[in-house]
Amino acid sequence: MSAPSDNMPIPAPAVRSRPLLLRHLPYFIGAAILVALAAGLRFDGYILNILLQATTFSIAVFGLSVVLGLCGQINLAQAAFFGLGAYAVGLGTNDLHLSFWLCLVGGCVVALLAGALLGMSTLRLGGHYLAMVTISFQQIVTLVMINAIWLTHGPDGVSNIRRPELFQTSQSYLAFCVAMLAIVGYLVWHLSDTKLGRAMRAVRDNELAAGVNGIDVFRTKIYAFALCALLGGLAGGLFAGGFAYVSPDQFSFAESIVFLTMSLLGGVASPIGSAIGTGLLILIPEWLRFLKSVPGLYLAIYGLFVILIIRFMPDGIWGFVADAFSRWRAHIKAPPVAAALQLKPATVGGEFVLEVTGLSKHFGGLKAVDGVDIAVRRGGVHALIGPNGSGKTTTLNVLSGLYEATSGKIVLDGTDITRMPPHQRTAAGLGRTFQNIRLFRSMTALENVEIGAERPGNTMIGKGEDALTERAMEALNFVGLGHRANELISSFSYGHQRLIEIARALAANPTLLLLDEPAAGLNSTEKLELHELLKRIAAQGLTILIIDHDMTLVSEAAQHITVLNFGRRIADGESMAVLRHPDVVSAYLGSE
Amino acid sequence: MDLVLQLLFTGIGIGAVYALVALGFVLIFRATNVVNFAQGEFSMVAAYLMVVFAVDHGWPYWLSFLIALGGMALLGVIFNLGVYYPLRHRTFLPVIIATIGASILLSNSVLAIYGPQPQVLQGWFETPGIQLGPVYLDSQYLLIIAVTIALVIFNYWFFEKTLLGKKLQATSQDKEMASLLGISVSTMIMITFIYSAVLGGLAGILVAPVLFVSIQMGSTIALKAFAATIIGGFGDVAGAIIGGLALGVIETFGAAYISVPYKDGFAFLVLVAFLIFRPQGIFGERVAEKA
Repeated sequence: MSAPSDNMPIPAPAVRSRPLLLRHLPYFIGAAILVALAAGLRFDGYILNILLQATTFSIAVFGLSVVLGLCGQINLAQAAFFGLGAYAVGLGTNDLHLSFWLCLVGGCVVALLAGALLGMSTLRLGGHYLAMVTISFQQIVTLVMINAIWLTHGPDGVSNIRRPELFQTSQSYLAFCVAMLAIVGYLVWHLSDTKLGRAMRAVRDNELAAGVNGIDVFRTKIYAFALCALLGGLAGGLFAGGFAYVSPDQFSFAESIVFLTMSLLGGVASPIGSAIGTGLLILIPEWLRFLKSVPGLYLAIYGLFVILIIRFMPDGIWGFVADAFSRWRAHIKAPPVAAALQLKPATVGGEFVLEVTGLSKHFGGLKAVDGVDIAVRRGGVHALIGPNGSGKTTTLNVLSGLYEATSGKIVLDGTDITRMPPHQRTAAGLGRTFQNIRLFRSMTALENVEIGAERPGNTMIGKGEDALTERAMEALNFVGLGHRANELISSFSYGHQRLIEIARALAANPTLLLLDEPAAGLNSTEKLELHELLKRIAAQGLTILIIDHDMTLVSEAAQHITVLNFGRRIADGESMAVLRHPDVVSAYLGSE
Repeated sequence: MDLVLQLLFTGIGIGAVYALVALGFVLIFRATNVVNFAQGEFSMVAAYLMVVFAVDHGWPYWLSFLIALGGMALLGVIFNLGVYYPLRHRTFLPVIIATIGASILLSNSVLAIYGPQPQVLQGWFETPGIQLGPVYLDSQYLLIIAVTIALVIFNYWFFEKTLLGKKLQATSQDKEMASLLGISVSTMIMITFIYSAVLGGLAGILVAPVLFVSIQMGSTIALKAFAATIIGGFGDVAGAIIGGLALGVIETFGAAYISVPYKDGFAFLVLVAFLIFRPQGIFGERVAEKA
């Protein structure tokens, strides 16, 4: 995509990655102590069962913290995935006399595949589809468990489930489950700071912006969903080994709701919250046993809990604690220093970075864009102007892939991108900002820009987290907000949010930057700053296609202007000439 | 051939119930952009109210019917104030979860009060049905089909010809603009919830004599109704009705010719097939978000 000479990765300082393991050492020491306690302390059978249940359920609820907490997708069938894992171990060790380990892995694979397939059929659509489809799936699994007696033993369930040779005693098996919990918890905890985790959070916060920042939204959701199902399957397999008996009612829709409530109560965004919620909701019903004597009563209370938590404590118990903690930490954590931002737009094509020919977008009978040609010269600032409703933003949305072109061709730096989804266009070198700012609102400024920097095909960053942070900091410094990198988006003014959005696009080192009305809503000082910024961007040789109403900005910044009216191109050429063109004047001011 | 006609009649009858509940879904979705996952529980609660008054207390059927519908209107008010309204400015995910919570709360409260034993409710008519050539027309199914037709006509008249209906439509299409025109958006949403609770309740009362009155009837009907809305095209009134009827017929034939225990699974299979091959449904939903 770009010439080798552009490939200048900033070497990642190796010394800085070492403290990461050191910092996490307390976690592993704590986990080791817990495992030792689980193995060493003498519990009676009742306590042991409760601990075993809490441990295995927590792993299943971790799955929900991935899909619901990180990625913002709902899963009302976690008990079904849990059941798939449990039945794999149950039927495998009991009927087929297979090894426990083989069955555990097999159950995970079945759950993973089921989750991935379910996700592929639904995740392209809105969340309400997913909710209903997962409920339906849950019902189907329950139906099969009860009715396919030849396979599942029907309502009687499966008994005599075996454990691995190594962990025959309940005590040692508990220690094994605690160790699994610690490992899975560690992975889920750190998932949110990996590339995939950031992508999931971006999808949760704003799907459109995630797409134009190079994230494959559909695939990210499927990963989240499949991962959740996998953890459900793993937890179910461990559960079956622990209790030696499973039956269909343990994996019903009601149990999926119990998992959901556990997740919401503790705090859906973090594994710590999941563990807290699971622990509480296993202990509380044990204390309040009378609730279980009336069928339905304790689930009715869970339902009420769900409504109240959503209303009054949307981030759960842990969210509440963590929020206070992170506010405090954001102020003491100094942002890292970084060098000046370098923009090295890729160069392989010819004189023009963007060549649009005969582009049309029709909505039913309305021709919003009708046969438009645009050629954006490399290294220049090109403006697209026109009165309200002339088709400018539609053009931009077709260019970035949010709308599919009715006809015409879009070539970016020698690559035909006409039929690509948004994230592939971004990978091909397109960057954009939005008229109504679309940032990832639950993240810090730095995290937002990091997602931009992570664009597939960005040749300006090296390997590793440090290089990524460095690139993001450079971009934030470039727009003058480096000192506030660790603050949440909500604490920035409107004008600054716009700058962060531009920094996010710049960090990706795009070949072409699309700016959708960057001056809209800015006050006069902010407009001047924006103007300065555009000059500095252009000075680095980055090609810009800008839409704006501010004629001062457009005429001073752009060398070339294309004018649209009623979806058609009415003028095109060097700035001053175009602005004096009689058709343009009459389009803006009306003809005499 | 006789069996086919018989199944067709039964299928349309049961499909009409799905259509009614689906209509309730669509109305709330259009007014609030929220899928109400407790819509099926409205049907279940109404059926239990009928059991309480008509069976346990032995009150006249028509009186119990009116009281049950009144109770549903009240439930609609409580539901709106307790579940939807406090969350109206949040994104759709919290609202969906809250309605799921409400669904769990409703069904399990009834379970705690009434126990798991299914109840029996008599139909409206003394005569069980009439024989028309080879086909036996069950009177309750006839009633269901007749009421559904009447409600579809009423619905059309109400939303297209009355001022209140037009205000409701305006609210569902653009809340801000509607409020600028002097329409009380919160009142309109309240009316929508009352109307769809009554509609769901009506479906529950109609279908109760055909199925048993049970805790699960709500979620079963709701799943089918939701599948119906997707098959018809999400958010489309005509689509919900056609989808409901189609689903009822498919399910009845599936149970007769393929498998009875898996009867409830057919809706899911049809749903997934539609999601994969025609996610916009028969009549189409606009899914795109504006940039």
